[in-house]
Amino acid sequence: MSISPAVTPAQIQTPAPALRLSGICKSFGPVRALHNVSFELAVGEIHALAGENGAGKSTLMNIIDGIIKPDAGEIWVGGRPVDIRRPADAQRLGIALVHQEIALCPDLSIYENIFMAQINTAGKFWVDHDELRRRAQGVMDRLAPIPVTTRVGDLSLSQQQLVEIAKALTLECRILILDEPTAALTEPEAQRLFAIIRQLRADNISVIYISHRMGEIFSLCQRVTVMRDGCTVGCDELAAMTPDGMITRLVGRELTALYPAKRPSCQHREPVLRVEGLSDDRRFFDISFQLRPGEILGFGGLMGAGRTEIAQAICAIDRYRRGSVILNGQPVRLRHYCDSVARGMAYLSEDRKGAGLFLDMPIDWNISALDLTAISGGYGVLSQGAERRQAERLGLEVRLKKGRLSDPVSSLSGGNQQKVALAKVLSIKPTILFLDEPTRGVDISAKAEIYQILHGLAQSGVALVVISSELPELIGLCDRVLVIHEGRIGGEVRDAALTEQAIMRLAAGATASFTGATA
Amino acid sequence: MTINPLYVISKGRYSPLRWFGVLFRQREVGLTVIILAIFIVMSFTSPYFLTWANMKAMLLSFSIEGIVVVGMTILLIVGGIDISVGSVVCLSMVVAGQLFLAGVDPWIASLIGLASASLVGVLMGLTVTVIGLSHFIASLAAMVIVRGVCMIITQGTPLSLFTLPTSFKFIGQGALYGVPFVIILFFILVAVFDVLLRKAAVFRKVFYTGSNERAAAYSGIRVARIKLMVTILTSTLAGLAGIIYMARLGSATPTFGVGMELNVIAAAVIGGASLKGGTGSILGAVLGVALLSIVTSSLILINVSVYWQDLIKGLILLAAVSMDHLMNKYRSA
Repeated sequence: MSISPAVTPAQIQTPAPALRLSGICKSFGPVRALHNVSFELAVGEIHALAGENGAGKSTLMNIIDGIIKPDAGEIWVGGRPVDIRRPADAQRLGIALVHQEIALCPDLSIYENIFMAQINTAGKFWVDHDELRRRAQGVMDRLAPIPVTTRVGDLSLSQQQLVEIAKALTLECRILILDEPTAALTEPEAQRLFAIIRQLRADNISVIYISHRMGEIFSLCQRVTVMRDGCTVGCDELAAMTPDGMITRLVGRELTALYPAKRPSCQHREPVLRVEGLSDDRRFFDISFQLRPGEILGFGGLMGAGRTEIAQAICAIDRYRRGSVILNGQPVRLRHYCDSVARGMAYLSEDRKGAGLFLDMPIDWNISALDLTAISGGYGVLSQGAERRQAERLGLEVRLKKGRLSDPVSSLSGGNQQKVALAKVLSIKPTILFLDEPTRGVDISAKAEIYQILHGLAQSGVALVVISSELPELIGLCDRVLVIHEGRIGGEVRDAALTEQAIMRLAAGATASFTGATA
Repeated sequence: MTINPLYVISKGRYSPLRWFGVLFRQREVGLTVIILAIFIVMSFTSPYFLTWANMKAMLLSFSIEGIVVVGMTILLIVGGIDISVGSVVCLSMVVAGQLFLAGVDPWIASLIGLASASLVGVLMGLTVTVIGLSHFIASLAAMVIVRGVCMIITQGTPLSLFTLPTSFKFIGQGALYGVPFVIILFFILVAVFDVLLRKAAVFRKVFYTGSNERAAAYSGIRVARIKLMVTILTSTLAGLAGIIYMARLGSATPTFGVGMELNVIAAAVIGGASLKGGTGSILGAVLGVALLSIVTSSLILINVSVYWQDLIKGLILLAAVSMDHLMNKYRSA
């Protein structure tokens, strides 16, 4: 397929956009992911795509890349209607997508990963490793000085992200899509990436840039398309826009309504959980903090900084080597997660589909999974009636919108799936909850409801730890935030110092303290 | 029950077609319909089919193997598989037989035979949970090793056990009120495990583990313990079948049960158990094993050459699993 269109008089006046989408619709079962989406990308522009999680950005990008087939709509590349059925089609049209999730083969070297797609499409029988190594090193050197013969599994998360980007850069693409490329990057790495993106633009390559970070969007991009609840809300020149105006667009309402009002301080209460010098000598080191009833403590930091591992070690899902966990003043040595559950301490997984829920199972079975004794009589005999009553009660508590309790969880939308996961941890009447990315992949209205529920829990005296990569969430929801940097507590921010900039600087490894008040 | 206005009933569409779909989504219903259809057709084709003698023969033919199918179904639900069951059936048989010939009381000899089968389950389960091999590999190794042990014990020759006391032979050959004891035992086991699987908290954890092992671990379930338990259970039930076979046949052959695992897995899968784990029922397993047996005996009654049996059984397996797969795809689309 040719990229350059036949020249018609109309196109001489206005050059054909690099990419145009119109009327794209897509539903997953009962969930409408995209509705009548239109989008236009000019040649040689960096176009920001903004929207809350669950707004449909990733679905739209997957459609452009041929991973998902749209139910309706047209795609034009370089002024021609095209039919993209699989990623190889997109590649031929010069479209390269860098996913938010890293999808590399950990046992292969960097250069083998970088040329995975090309080895596939080149149609040659023999692979010229020397040639590939040279070319890969050339691309990789622009991003970071890492030898391309390194095994990908030995790289840090941010380095793996750079390999993903390098992979796309070698594809001589005309359209580059970057889905939250800086989520796992450190500040200097991000700056190098921005320089490369600007260079690409100068070479007339069009870039779609997806990000949650306002600062990046305003400094890098020319135009922004905002998506909300599966629809495009509008496309604007960024020069004529303010960050506040954009947030209002993103959320579709005043931001203050999204987060409940902060609760009075609970620093006078005795801590329910004390963690002292916790370390597994590998992924996290010397972690100490206190958690009080009614408090919402945030864990900030980059992806892969060790936040999840710390929470899982405390709950005995994972192991630690040094340090102690003190529950209600008593040092405990939990051997298994069920011991943690028995003491009213539960963990909500960030990986809802992989580790949080049993997707094929009915809603009520999912809710009762954490504690079967709550629904069984003597001798471990389960009562279906008790199971249904518990699911009804907790479903109401988390404002679950569902059909029948016997429906599989997979039939629910992302937001309602998350509410089932939440109902599951609430089934044990917890006193301490670790919530790992509690609103990931959840639409905005469910998000507000989840915040309300968490707020209500804190008010009733439950101590919460919220792990989140979304800075507004940490700031809107938490009383104070511990920022984790490379497995260590980089600092604590609270009160007036609780700002996006403060968290980002600590997450990137700055040493300055932003503590507003002393602990 | 009062309807809470907060709940949005999203799927309120009831149509006859939908009901039909719901009904057929239950594997048990589909199997029952097919079995009934064969019954109706066969009762017209062969006057011998609907006699008590034929019914008894068919029930007898699948009752002992059915015990192994029950164990296999539970193991499939937890996400495992055991291809060593044929060898383990043989192991308990030759261990008990050899001990009996050495002068041990037949009941005690049987208990030791049963224990040897359980021991295979323990070792396999530990290989899976501690070393971390897959059930398939662990049981493949066990299949070969245990068969070798049977050969060593018997030195390759069949054991003649016609001297077994009548009271012991009753397990395999006796009858209560005209119903063979083997059939009664099978249905008791079926009833017990059906209730356990639906009602017991421990067995609910089997479903959780098979449906999503990580999510089960993140729900505080000791996944390794559950998998070990079910692996031992499956081997033990295979061992039990071996003892009953011994009592029924009055002999123990070191080549007994070769290829049995395929029949057993086929029956469990036709009955609705998935190799991915998380689904399956005892009732389905019984219907699966019954269907295979009814088809076999029907083919004999209508004078189809025995050489066709395996081919037709294989096609039934393929049809049952394909239908299920397509149904799931249709449902999720």
